[in-house]
Amino acid sequence: MLILSRKTGEAIQIGDDIEIRIVSVKGDQVKLGIDAPKHVEIYRKEIVDEIQKENQQATIFSGNPADLVKKP
Amino acid sequence: MNIQTKYHGELTIDEKNIVIFEKGIPGFPDENRFVFFPLMDDELYTVMQSVQTPNIAFVVIIPFLFFNNYEFDLEDGIVQQLDIERPDDVQIYTILTLRDPFDQTTANLQAPIVINRKNKKGKQVILNSDAYSTRQRLFPSPKLLKGGAGC
Repeated sequence: MLILSRKTGEAIQIGDDIEIRIVSVKGDQVKLGIDAPKHVEIYRKEIVDEIQKENQQATIFSGNPADLVKKP
Repeated sequence: MNIQTKYHGELTIDEKNIVIFEKGIPGFPDENRFVFFPLMDDELYTVMQSVQTPNIAFVVIIPFLFFNNYEFDLEDGIVQQLDIERPDDVQIYTILTLRDPFDQTTANLQAPIVINRKNKKGKQVILNSDAYSTRQRLFPSPKLLKGGAGC
């Protein structure tokens, strides 16, 4: 993994069209500003992980959903 | 064509109805082709079945039927990816995580399935807002459910 040191207001450039700027640093929280083309999807990593896990969880059910739904 | 399904045995499907998820869905990057059909006669619950893998099937709902205030903005990038031209062409589903008893079942409101009905392109969209959870209880309270059933 490439590791770079940056100060508030400084940025890094990834490829031709992605720029990530350090907006502010407060304690252990860093605010990033990201400029990227619309087709580049940007998500908080833990949300992506959670959705992968939830999708996997959702396929585990092995009973008959029709019976489950009908149960009083 | 005939496919093997998780809950309905072998089914004949019309290839025109296959929805293409170009990059799969989170956790299943290689599952690119799904079909949607009713779980039962009432059409409240829908099965989202992988065409490639019989064992991969989800039970999905139209979220607006269960969650009155559910709404989100579709980002331009997604609109472009799916070539969406008109809002009427869009079909939204929400994946359920089924649990027994059924009132423990949750809905993944943070990652709706968005389909362009016109060109059959689909995508599971991740909402960056924290307004919605991946595990929203389908029924707000078990007590309420019992009351509603007339116990």
